[in-house]
This record gives sequence, structure tokens and C-alpha cells, in this order.
Amino acid sequence: MNNWQNFTKGLIKENPILVLLLGCCPTLATTTSAINGMSMGLATTFVLTMSNLCISLLKNFIPDKVRIPCFIVVIASFVTVVQLAMQAYVPSIYETLGLFIPLIVVNCIVLGRAEAFASKNPVWPSILDGFGMGLGFTMSLTILGSIREILGSGSIFNFRLVPEDANTILIFVLAPGAFIVLGYIIAIVNKLKTK
Amino acid sequence: MAKKESTLGNMLISLAVITMVSGGVLGFFYNMTKPGIDKVEKEKNETAINTVLKTDAVIAKIETDTIDDMIYNVAYDDSGSLIGAAIKASSGKGFSGKIELMVGVLADGTINNISVLTQSETPGLGANMVNEKFKSQYNGKNPATFNLKVKKDGGDVDAITAATISSRAFSEAVENATKGFAANRDSFIKKGGDNE
Repeated sequence: MNNWQNFTKGLIKENPILVLLLGCCPTLATTTSAINGMSMGLATTFVLTMSNLCISLLKNFIPDKVRIPCFIVVIASFVTVVQLAMQAYVPSIYETLGLFIPLIVVNCIVLGRAEAFASKNPVWPSILDGFGMGLGFTMSLTILGSIREILGSGSIFNFRLVPEDANTILIFVLAPGAFIVLGYIIAIVNKLKTK
Repeated sequence: MAKKESTLGNMLISLAVITMVSGGVLGFFYNMTKPGIDKVEKEKNETAINTVLKTDAVIAKIETDTIDDMIYNVAYDDSGSLIGAAIKASSGKGFSGKIELMVGVLADGTINNISVLTQSETPGLGANMVNEKFKSQYNGKNPATFNLKVKKDGGDVDAITAATISSRAFSEAVENATKGFAANRDSFIKKGGDNE
């Protein structure tokens, strides 16, 4: 598998949300608006890329039996870095995402890529893998967030499409709406893939 | 790739080294971002105080006081008489998590303005409490004549559509603030006079 494929497989073919169905908890919870989904995706992309980089560098140093605790420590450190940075520089986004930033630590995509890819591959492919997976994740979250925001709040990236007091389909910004939209997106992706 | 042999020694060493390095990196980042985080918090607080106490009167000084877990930012004009107070009040009865408000109460007990500091209510429903449409109904109301309960509970507050619980919690926080102000009003006035 060449580098280009390592990068692009995360976007469509092995998209973490739409195909691998990994990390659905933050996906469903944070995509109430396009900007929230995108920020969550970008935060995860950073963590994924950096943790893949570190783990790939450390893979020959870490004994097999303690690899999971080592991976978790590396991932948790990067997540805390992201959390502190967001708190200091983009406080409004930090407030809306709140608890879901620290929860990137237990996002199965991050540990999954560390275990399945970075611990077995050299540095450069690992970075590409993490970055590609992260972008795939960001893309799915942004699409999901956009659809929910348009239908549920009548706006896109906080730009209003309908008047302030117009009736919108509120269910789409609530939890059930997340499941409905995600279900339809996965169905569409599967349909396109089988063609 | 050959897996590295796991012995007690190398397991201990590798874990210890990794955790120590991570600890160091995090300490560095914490110190780097701390001024930024503090500044954001402080600015948020100050903006909220200034918004909720905005009147024609010129604030000469603000004194901060903590009574019964509520923070009172009491504002005086240059002759030392009480303008009002920005009170940080909260309610734990929200739909999801704590709601923190900055409530501006004028010297006569009238609510001047309210600013939402923290809330994690449902977006599109309870989160609409940050909008003027809901908040502004409190402005200029005096708790003596305006019942700070939602209409469902026999009060005068128009609840947010489909978010009665959030509206109830919001009203509760406002009520705590106005009650607290009423109870401490005399001591605030006296304090202003003392300083002259």
C-alpha cells in the first residue's frame, strides 16, 4: 500500500464513521451544528496525527505487554494539550464541546489506529494514516452537523437561512435526530459503494 | 516486526519514561496556556458585569463580596451611593448541568439585565435562554410585583417553548440573586457610605 492510499483510505473507503463505525459517541453528541462537528473533528485529527507519529516512533521501545497503557498515556497527553489550547484561544467552542474534548482519549478511532496501524508501520505512513483518518472523521462530522443545523436550527455555520422565530424541525438538533441523519448517510454511502 | 520481549524491568522503565516525559510536556503546556485561560475567564466575568449593570449612572468602583456562596459585585457611584449589584447566581436544576447567570440588580431591587455565564442545555431548546427574546422579559421587572416563576407554576415568566425545565432553572437562579440582594441591600448601602 503506497503513501497516497494510506492517506486517502480514511476519507472514503475506510471512513471511520461511515464505514468502520468507530467513535460514534462523540459523533452523535457533538454534531448539533456544523461548526461544533468541524471543531470536534479537527481536534481529533490533531490528536490522531500526533499520537500516530509518537507511537510509531516509540514502537520498538515499548514492550508488548504494556503497549496499551503506553498508548493511552501518549494519547491522553495530546488530548490535554488540545484541551488547554482550546480553553485559552477558542473559549466559545471549548464551552459547547465541553466534556467531549477530554473524551477524545477514549475515542476508539485513536486507540484503534495506534494499535492497528501505527504500532506496525514506519513513521511517515503512520502520520498519513492518522491525518487521513482524522480528515475523514472531520468530514463526516461536518456533513452530519451541517444537515442537523440546517434542518434543526435553520442556519449553517451560524449563518441564518430562515428568520429567527421560524419553526424548524427541532428533533434534528436532539439526540434522535443524530441517529436518523447518521443512519441515512450510512445508507447512502453503502448504496454508492456497492455500485 | 519482532515484538519486543516483555520483562519486568523494561516494562517498568518504558512506562516510567513515557509517563515522565508526558508529565513534563503537559506541565510546560499548562504554564504556557494558563495566562490565556485566566485572561479569558476574567474578561468574560468583567464583560458580564458591565453588561448587566449598564445604566446612565457612572460606576466609580466595584466591590466584590461573597455571601452564602453567591458572588456579589457591588457597584457604587462616585458619591458612594449604591447603583446596584451584578450577582453571580446558579441553579443546579437545569435539564443538563449547572446554569450560571450574572444578574444585574439595581439599588431598588429592579432587575436591570441578565447575562448567561455557563449553560449546557439542549441546543435549539433550552440553550435559547441566551437569546434576548427570552432573557429580556426580566429586564426592568421588580420581584416585588413580578412573580419570578414560569407561568406553568403560577408565575409571570413566559417559558421557552418545549423547555420548561430550563426556564424554571433560569428563573430559580434569578430569584436566588434578587432574594440575596434584598437580604443584603442595607449592608451594601451602609458599606458605600462608610467609605466616604
